[in-house]
Amino acid sequence: MMMMCKEATRLMSLKQDRRLTFQERLSLRLHLAMCGACRECDRQFSLLNQAGQRFEADLGKRLANDESDTTAPDDRQG
Amino acid sequence: MSDETSSSNDTAVANPTTRMQRLAAVRPRLLSFARLQLRDNALAEDAVQDALMAAIEKDTSFAGRSGYETWVFGILKYKILDLMRYQKRQGRLQPFDDDSDDDAIDRQFQHNGRWQENARPASWGEPDQVFENENFWHVFDACMITLPDNTARVFSLRELMGLTTEEICRELDIKENNCWVILHRARLKLRDCLQQGWLKEGLA
Repeated sequence: MMMMCKEATRLMSLKQDRRLTFQERLSLRLHLAMCGACRECDRQFSLLNQAGQRFEADLGKRLANDESDTTAPDDRQG
Repeated sequence: MSDETSSSNDTAVANPTTRMQRLAAVRPRLLSFARLQLRDNALAEDAVQDALMAAIEKDTSFAGRSGYETWVFGILKYKILDLMRYQKRQGRLQPFDDDSDDDAIDRQFQHNGRWQENARPASWGEPDQVFENENFWHVFDACMITLPDNTARVFSLRELMGLTTEEICRELDIKENNCWVILHRARLKLRDCLQQGWLKEGLA
């Protein structure tokens, strides 16, 4: 039976904290293969995970930027 | 107080005056981190103050290597854990009574377990670009503040402090299963909040 998105997010979250069992990996992979929204959610959870590490890694870097007058315009276009 | 001009050069960390300037410069960021973690302004100030003092005292052991700020940040993490243990001993942490306020999560899903249309995850772009965006961090801070205390505490111990769920359970006296449930909630709420708050403005 097909797992629903809500349950899939539980596994995506769990994946950030422990290794999933074979069964869990399989059902998650199956769901992600068919659900674009959940693939984005999976990326967002990973990004949240990286954010903590970035916060720390950026400490030194940002300060270096602060010292050399930053001329970053606010109206950067993506 | 010295008015020596700083040469923004990594070897200059060996110079005590420059180090003091760098500590002063890093202080606001340390403070915002401690606030996120402790959710108490006075305690956060204490933690940062302690960490800065310790950094100054142990200064000589840090022979001007690069990554000075990261080193100070590491000290702050220990101080925060100390303070959190203190809060816990004092009974100042709310109990984890599984107050299951699942509203914010149920809001994101339909009854059949599929995404609600207005909560459907959308692309945030490349992580590197996301993190370069100052606005992301503002929204991140704001979203963290909207999390319930215990949820925020578990999330930041995990994702900002880098503890394992096993370590978190030991610190907070909760079951690992409970920990995973809390983290799942935290991530769903944060992603929703970030998407609502940041994506819409960030791409404006």
